[in-house]
Amino acid sequence: MSASRTVYELRCGECGKSYGNQPLSACQDCLAPLEVQYDLESVRGRFTRESVAKGPASIWRYKQLLPIPEGFEPDLPVGFTPLLKAKKLGKRIGANHLFVKNDAVCFPTLSFKDRVVAVALANAQAFGFTTVGCSSTGNLANSVAAQSARLGLNACILVPADLEPAKILNTLVYGARLVRIDGNYDHVNRLCTLIADEYNWGFVNVNLRPYYAEGSKTMGYEIAEQLGWKLPDNVVVPMAGGSLVRKIRKAFRELVTLGLVEDKPVRFFGAQATGCSPISHAVKQGWEHIEPQRPNTIARSLAIGNPADGPLAAKMIAETGGWAEDVSDVEVVSGIQELAETEGIFTETAGGVTTAVTAKLYAQGRIGADETTVICITGNGLKTTDALADRYDAGIAVKPRLAEFDTYIRGVDPALIGTAREEELEVAGGVQ
Amino acid sequence: MSVKVVLPTALARHTEGVKTITTEAKNLPDLLAEFDAKFPALSQNVKDEHGKLRRFINVYVNDEDIRFLGGDALAFEDGDEVMLIPSIAGGVL
Repeated sequence: MSASRTVYELRCGECGKSYGNQPLSACQDCLAPLEVQYDLESVRGRFTRESVAKGPASIWRYKQLLPIPEGFEPDLPVGFTPLLKAKKLGKRIGANHLFVKNDAVCFPTLSFKDRVVAVALANAQAFGFTTVGCSSTGNLANSVAAQSARLGLNACILVPADLEPAKILNTLVYGARLVRIDGNYDHVNRLCTLIADEYNWGFVNVNLRPYYAEGSKTMGYEIAEQLGWKLPDNVVVPMAGGSLVRKIRKAFRELVTLGLVEDKPVRFFGAQATGCSPISHAVKQGWEHIEPQRPNTIARSLAIGNPADGPLAAKMIAETGGWAEDVSDVEVVSGIQELAETEGIFTETAGGVTTAVTAKLYAQGRIGADETTVICITGNGLKTTDALADRYDAGIAVKPRLAEFDTYIRGVDPALIGTAREEELEVAGGVQ
Repeated sequence: MSVKVVLPTALARHTEGVKTITTEAKNLPDLLAEFDAKFPALSQNVKDEHGKLRRFINVYVNDEDIRFLGGDALAFEDGDEVMLIPSIAGGVL
C-alpha cells in the first residue's frame, strides 16, 4: 500500500538519538532541540507537482511533508497566501525582481503563525491534550486562541504584560484564558518551560515545538510553487526565535531531494530590529553562539532577546552566503509606510523590519538588482496600529458641500485636482 | 553563606527527584564542581564533553540571566536563588 505521508520521527539535532513521536522538545541526554526527521523516500514519486496541484488551496496541499498524525482530517484552509511581484517597492529600492510573500492575509488570524499552530494542534489532539497553550509575543496567541476555539480545545495563553492592546483583544475574543506576565518575552518563555513540566498541557512552542516548527516549512513550499516550481536567489526573513528562516531552507531542500525543483544556491538573509538583534549581531560577528540582549524595540513580535534557534539560524545564514541586518525603530515605521504606499500591503512592525532591512541589503550591494528575491511579510498592520498613531492627521471634518470641499482640497492638496482632471480627459478621449 | 539552586523536572530526573539544593558555592564554576561530587548524573547531563556548561542550558540568578550579570565571574551572594533551565522553549514570532 502506498504511503499517504512520509514516515517521520523526532531526532536530536546534536547527538542523533531517536525519540519516536511524543510531546517532547529537547534531547534528554544533551538537551539540544529535537527536530522532525522524515523518510523522504517513502513519498518519492507520490509527492509531485501534479499531486500538489490537485490539493486544496491551503497548507494541506503539502500534508505529505508535514508531521500530521494518521487519520487527521484538515479543517481550516490555512495559508497559501499570495506571492506578489513588488514592482513599485522594487523600483524604489533598486530591485528588479522582488516578490512579497504576503502572510499579512494568512487565514484565520492574519499572521504566518496560523501555519505552525495548525500543525501543532493536529498533534496536540493526537497526543490527547485537552488544554493547549503558548508563550507569545502576540501573533501566536491570536492563532492558538482562534484555532483551539474551532477545535474545541481549552487554551491558556501567556504574554508579556506590555503587549499591544490589539493583540490582547484578538486573543480574548476567542474565549481563551490569557495571562499577562510581568516581564518580557524571555521571562514568559522561561515560565512556560516550567509550567509544561508540571501541567499536562500541550504548549505549542514548548513540548509540541518540533511539530509546530515544521508548519513554517509551508511558507517555503508555497514560495517555490508560486515562482513556478523554481527557487529564488535570495529570501529575506524576519527573525525572532530564529526558526522560520531555517524551516524555509529545509522546505527548499526537501523539494530538491524529491525532484520538484532544480537545485541552486539560495542565500538567506535575516532581519531584526536593532533594539533586539542578537541573531543579526551574531551573523555580523561571525559567531555561532548568541549573546542575549534585553529587548527594546517597537517590533515586539520580534522581541526575543535569547532566541532558542538563534545559534542554528546564524550558522545557517552564514553557510548560504547570506547576511543579517537590523534597523532602528524609525526605519521600522518607514518600512511599514513604504510597503503600504508602494504595494498596498499593510504590515505590522515585524514587516516594517523586513522591508527596511531589504532596502538596506540592496543599498549595501549585498543583493544584486537583477536577482530574484522574496521577502517574507509575516503579520498584519491592523494589529500594531499604535506604531503609526502619531504619523497621520485625519484632518478636520468638512461640511458636506461642494464649495467647502473644493476650498478644503485646494488648501491641502491642490495637485490632486490637476491629476483628477487630466485622467478624466484621457478617459474621455479614449472612449471617442 | 547559603545559595538555593532550583532545578526543573527535566533536570531533577538526574537528582532522584530533588528539585531544590542548598549550596555554599561561590560562583557558577564552583557550583558545577559541586555537582560533579554530589550529583554526577546531573553533572553529566548539563555539561558537555569539555566540562563546560552545555549551550542549551540557561542559568538565572534571582530571575536574571547570568550572562547579563557577568557569567562565570559573578560572585553568588547569601540568599541568591540560582535556576538552571533548558533553553529549548524559545522562538516565537
